[in-house]
Order: sequence, then structure tokens, then C-alpha cells
Amino acid sequence: MTDFTELQGKLRLRILKLHYDANAGHIGCSLSCIDIMIAILKFLKRPEDSFILSKGHAASAVYVLLNHLGEISDDELNSFYKNGTTLPAHPAPLKYKSIPFATGSLGHGLPIATGIAKANKLRAEDGMSYVLMSDGETNEGTSWEAAHFAVANKLDNLVVFIDKNGLQGIGNTKDILGDTAAKSKWDSIGFETIEVDGHDIGMMCSIAKKISDEKNGQPKLIIANTAKGRGVSFMENKMEWHYLPMDESQYKEASEMIRFKYES
Amino acid sequence: MRKHFSKYIEQFAIENDDFVFITGDLGYKALEGVAQNLGNRFINAGVAEQNMIGMAAGMAYKGFRVLCYSIAPFIVYRCLEQIRNDVCFHDLPVTIVGNGGGYGYGIMGSSHHTLDDIACLSGLPNITCYIPAFLEDMNSSLDTIFANQRPAYLRLGLGKNIPDTLSVKEYGAIAKGSNVNLTIIVQGPVANNVLEALRGNKHSTKIDLFVLNKMPVRSLPDELRMSIERTKKALVVEEHITVGGLGSAISLLINEGALPLQKFVSLRAEGYPNGLFGSQTYHYEVSGLDSKNISKQIDSFF
Repeated sequence: MTDFTELQGKLRLRILKLHYDANAGHIGCSLSCIDIMIAILKFLKRPEDSFILSKGHAASAVYVLLNHLGEISDDELNSFYKNGTTLPAHPAPLKYKSIPFATGSLGHGLPIATGIAKANKLRAEDGMSYVLMSDGETNEGTSWEAAHFAVANKLDNLVVFIDKNGLQGIGNTKDILGDTAAKSKWDSIGFETIEVDGHDIGMMCSIAKKISDEKNGQPKLIIANTAKGRGVSFMENKMEWHYLPMDESQYKEASEMIRFKYES
Repeated sequence: MRKHFSKYIEQFAIENDDFVFITGDLGYKALEGVAQNLGNRFINAGVAEQNMIGMAAGMAYKGFRVLCYSIAPFIVYRCLEQIRNDVCFHDLPVTIVGNGGGYGYGIMGSSHHTLDDIACLSGLPNITCYIPAFLEDMNSSLDTIFANQRPAYLRLGLGKNIPDTLSVKEYGAIAKGSNVNLTIIVQGPVANNVLEALRGNKHSTKIDLFVLNKMPVRSLPDELRMSIERTKKALVVEEHITVGGLGSAISLLINEGALPLQKFVSLRAEGYPNGLFGSQTYHYEVSGLDSKNISKQIDSFF
């Protein structure tokens, strides 16, 4: 079993530094899904596969990963949020090969990923189409348009991850429209759906590999249960860390917590 | 125009295996031949236009040339953000085809009319809007769209053949008078109303008539600029509202170019000023886009 904790800690520290230097919010969102992104971008995605980050507000998680993988330089990464950057708060179009689509408005990634999966089917190519959504994002009607199309067209090469942290814009997802990312709903449409700990990279990889190999005509959904702000106790499951930047003492405390949790 | 369009696509489908056609569950008695020729590259996305455009972007990213088809209002307004963010931002070869632009769907009512589609789309990055006036320039519009491999919007209307005595070219003069005293600029199939007005008008030989079938207009074509300089009078006719339409674009270019102008009249879709509904011909009359009013306006220049 590979030990992922060092990388999980290292990339979290990088996210904290980026956001602290930039005085930027959306920290909780990136800490919520960084482990899912490590699973997809570092371990699952092959050259013929594609990945769309539909929850574009977690861009910093992609940026630190692509920096780790060598596609984004340190200088570029340090320009995050600054004037003249290629790395704005939400991904920009046509800047990096591994960010094929600029996202930021919710509900766009799944239709695009569905189109990619359909294209691969038409060409009889075996590339997988991965997409990462947030649970709040499944409020969007396009989720349901695309989901039904994917099932009707038997797109078993589509693998949807939902970063399910239970929080959205200004409340708990269950209190707003109800749980639109509920397993039962996606099951009933015809997805092959599985729930998993969204911070367990090894488990996510093995499950994703297993269901990706099943050419059963069903599109796949991995509901990754996560905690927003994972790794920093005063941020965990707190809605405000969708928005707040850190002050100096918070940054120091958050970094200490990450070091303690992932490095010791 | 729709049948003509289908015929073109049927042939294009045979010759290009990187071409995909997606319909938003429309095209009864029009797309059957297209569906047959394309096989599994003919896709019905269902009554789900936003997903249709998003998917088209994904497929275009994977190397397909994608055409999305619906009636004009459904494919423009519902999915404006998908067109902007997914297609235009990424400069992808997706062609949005809207049938029955303007008042084309007549008595179907305002939900089915498209009076401000060009305003919505032509300001987006990387996209060009094509509004052919005649069957002949629909073919050339499609030729250009598929050669360019960039975002495009094609607004189809009630097409007629261009009269044998005239020839049409992109941004071109289709009729040139002698001792001209008026420049008319028209967009889309409402050009037929202008031609009808000219047929019965005693000033018709003193008029330059231009068809501009692409938006946005970034500069005045030389021939048109010279005509306006000569006549100092312009009449613009379009089946679209003023905001974001041909008239306001031409007016800006005339001002930026400091062209001398004595009189400028814009005939355009006025919406529903009397709050009543009818056929396309009825709405033409209410907006003053009918041949009788166009002829009257022409007279006012002389």
C-alpha cells in the first residue's frame, strides 16, 4: 500500500501558502477535494484520458498538482491571483494542456465530460472521461440533462467524482434543495454509483480502476465523502472557509496543523 | 431554407467523417435524410439544449466538427452561457444553427421569435454570426463556417432564390444604381421585402443595395463606404432589434469613419408595440419591415 500522506500534506501546505500570499478565499474548497484530484491526476489519468474540473473554484488544488507534476512552473504558481497571471481564481481558457476547459460557473463540466465520453465512443477509443463536481453543483439542471444522456447512450467510459462535503453557497446542501447528490437518485437514473471516503486516495484509486474496467454500459459515479477544509480543524466543515482568506496567525496555525497531521 | 440546409448537410455528412450533428429533439420532416447519412454521428440530445451545447464543446475538443440544431430561440437564449464559456472561450468548431430567426415562427408567438439573438451572440469572443438572405448565400455561409473551424451561429429564415438579374456575395453590393442617391443595407431574408419594394419603386435605379450577412461588422467594406460617401444617405433594414443589430453597428462605423451623412433611417424589428400577435408578414407590417413601408421610406430620401 502506497503511503500518500506526505504528498497530501505537502500539497495542502502549498495550497495554504498560495492562498495566504494572495489573501484569497476558497481555501476550504481546495482542501476538500485535493485528495480526489491526487487520485485522478497523479494515479488514474492516462495520456488518452481527460479530466475536467467542474468545480472551478477549487482551481488552486489543480494548480498545485500540475506544479507537482511539472506542467506549471514555480514562477507561474507564485503568480496565482496576481495581475498578469495565467492562474486566476477560476481556471482560464487555453493556458494549460491539462486544463482543457475554463470553468467557474457551475454545471458546465458534466456536459463537457459527457461529450468527450461520447466522442471516445464514436471513435471507438478507450480513453476515460473524468470529471470532478461539487455536491452543491448537482443542483444545476445540466447535471440531470447530462446524466440522462450518459445513461441513454451507455457511456461507461464516463467517471464522475462528486466532492461531497455537504456544504454549498450559504448553507448545508440538505437544507437547501435536499441532497441532489444522493446515491439513490443517481442509482435510479442508471449510474453505477459507489460511495467512498474522499480523503482515502488508495481506496478511491482501486475503486475507480475496478469500475472503470467494467464495460457494462453504465456511466460511473464515485461519491467521495469529504470534509470541507480537511486537515485544518478550525476550517473543517465550516461554510465560511469557502470565502475567507487567512490572517497571519491563522495561516501559521493552519500550517502547523497540516504538518502535525500529515508529517508526523 | 431548412430543406436547402438539410440537403447541404446530407452531402457534407457523407464527405466528412469528423462531422457530428446534434439536434435538440427537433427536425421533423426535415432531418430524416441527415440522420440516415450520418448514422451514429446523428445525435438527438433530447429536450436539453444546455447539455447539447456543453457536449458539443466536449466533442469538438476531441476533434469533431459539431453542428447543433434547434429552433433559433431555444438554441440561443437557454444556452447562452454554454455558448460563451464552453464554445467561444475555447474557440471550438461548433456551429449553432437556429431555424426560423426573427419573426419566422409567426403566430407561434413571442417564445418562438428571435429578435435579439445577434445582440446576444455577436459580442461573444471568437464567434461569427451568419444571417443569409437567400438560398444561395446560405451555401456559401456554410462553406465558410466549415472551412474556418471556429464558433459560428447560423440564423436560418424563410429563404428565397436570389433573382437571376442579381448576384450576391459576402458584404457585397447586390444591386448598383447609376446617379445613386441612396445606399440601402439589409441583413437576412427580409432582403426579399427590400427587393419587392425596389421592383415597384421609381427610384430603384438610383439606389445601391448591399447585403451584409455576417455579424459583427468590424469595418465598413470599401465598396459600401464609398457608396455612403457618394450618396450621404443610408437606409438599414433588419429583422432584429436596434440594440446590438446591424443599424447600430453601421451607425457607429459611419461615425468613427467621419463619413458625411445627411440622412439615416433604420427599419428594424420593433418587438410587439401593439401587444398583438400574428404571422411573420403581420409582424413585418407592424414593424414597418413590409415592402410597402420600405418603398415609402425610400421615397422619403428623394
